[in-house]
Amino acid sequence: MNLLDTVLRCVATLVVFLVFPLVIGQTEHKVMAHMQGRLGPMYAGGFHGWAQLVADGVKFAQKEDIVPAGADRRIFQLAPAVSLLPYLFVLLAIPVGPNGFVGQAIDAGLFFVLAVMGVGVIGKLMAGWASANKFSLLGGLRTAAQLMSYELPMVLAAASVAMAAGTLSLPGILDAWEWYWLPWQLIGAFVFFTAGLAELQRPPFDMPVADSEIIFGAYTEYTGLRFALFLLSEYAGILVVSALTAVLFLGGWHGPLSDQLGWLWMILKTFALAFVVIWLRVTYPRLREDQLMRFAWTGLIPLALVQLALTGIIKVAIS
Amino acid sequence: MSFPGAGLAKGLAVTLRTMTKKSVTAQYPEVQPVLPPRSRGVIALLEENCTVCMLCARECPDWCIYIDSHKETLPAAEPNARARTRNVLDRFAIDFSLCMYCGICIEVCPFDALFWSPEFEYAETDILELTHERDRLREWMWTVPAPPALDPAAEEPKEIAAARKAADKLAAAAAAAASEEGEAP
Repeated sequence: MNLLDTVLRCVATLVVFLVFPLVIGQTEHKVMAHMQGRLGPMYAGGFHGWAQLVADGVKFAQKEDIVPAGADRRIFQLAPAVSLLPYLFVLLAIPVGPNGFVGQAIDAGLFFVLAVMGVGVIGKLMAGWASANKFSLLGGLRTAAQLMSYELPMVLAAASVAMAAGTLSLPGILDAWEWYWLPWQLIGAFVFFTAGLAELQRPPFDMPVADSEIIFGAYTEYTGLRFALFLLSEYAGILVVSALTAVLFLGGWHGPLSDQLGWLWMILKTFALAFVVIWLRVTYPRLREDQLMRFAWTGLIPLALVQLALTGIIKVAIS
Repeated sequence: MSFPGAGLAKGLAVTLRTMTKKSVTAQYPEVQPVLPPRSRGVIALLEENCTVCMLCARECPDWCIYIDSHKETLPAAEPNARARTRNVLDRFAIDFSLCMYCGICIEVCPFDALFWSPEFEYAETDILELTHERDRLREWMWTVPAPPALDPAAEEPKEIAAARKAADKLAAAAAAAASEEGEAP
């Protein structure tokens, strides 16, 4: 791997990182609107408001960047970057197509991905603490509590796939993938996807930013570009969680003609899952804090353990 | 028969079904709304019909109609007749910042000088501009639609019924006279 190749892979990942979240965001605008019997943005850019998020970005860039007087300046300003960048690094390790079509194949890819995704939540915790605002602090603490309880089922579900494949490398998992993994890992897929949603604080798991009770949680004091970065990190998170679910549970680039069209299958599966994320947001009301915790500890974790046991038993039976 | 999670699935079905339906949003500035018949947009004045009887101004609940007039003496038509006087309209204005669109002025006008027009796009940045003077009110007349057709089984309009009654009476009289003439010789 020479320098040019490395640079090219990095640039490609960066482009995907900057474009796909916007596509998901625009899809959310439109899908949510139509699910509520509205039209959504119709003006920006002319054709059905396709440039709405570009216009939003311009608006955010024009706004004043305010740091509250009582805030911990450095931490406050650093938090959006800490929240956003991990998703970029995760994206680098996600395989898109067969035969090394991946930003960087990592041997312990699954481990790397799950570890780095947890860092994103630290950014929100930093924002909540550094804002010197009680609503931000509450939001930050709820974020932390949510991370603690949902990281466990997520890791257990991912461990089940790693066990089935016998490897931690993401391309390796896809190489070992067979169609019957779909029903076999079904419970794991549900647990992983749901826990991923909760980690992104997407509705119905958006208690940490519940705007009707704590304004906007950890983001309350943020304006302008820094606030936009937090929003972008949410949509990048949707992309990453959807892509990871597609890789681990839906067979990533597997599909008809996967040698040539593998990347297309991967993208289709990712966007189908992103649609489900939006769909769930529109459909369900927010879970209360205690319901949120109960769902994780008495719902998802036992399910993940059942999946783990199932995987182990069948793995032993096959081999 | 219900299974756990049936409600959740039903919720997802509802949102998905709504997404496939046509949305109800009115794209107003691009697409003009379809207004029902007899829409109350603005009041038009047919000043040729106005006799300055002042009924509209007096019945208006919030007194938003301003009328000024003077009397003019017409020369006698015949040598021995007395001269007639006639009211001449000087000012007729409706202040639409006060008007509550009750339509009493239109109902009360005995000479059909006031009409509803469905036009509604006359918002102004200055409230004084909302007082429409007589020429502006006269211009609205061009936007007054023809009265909507009667319902299929509706009663005949009163003037047509009266005219028909008179015509029938006349025809009966003519027929009677003709038959009398036929018998007499």
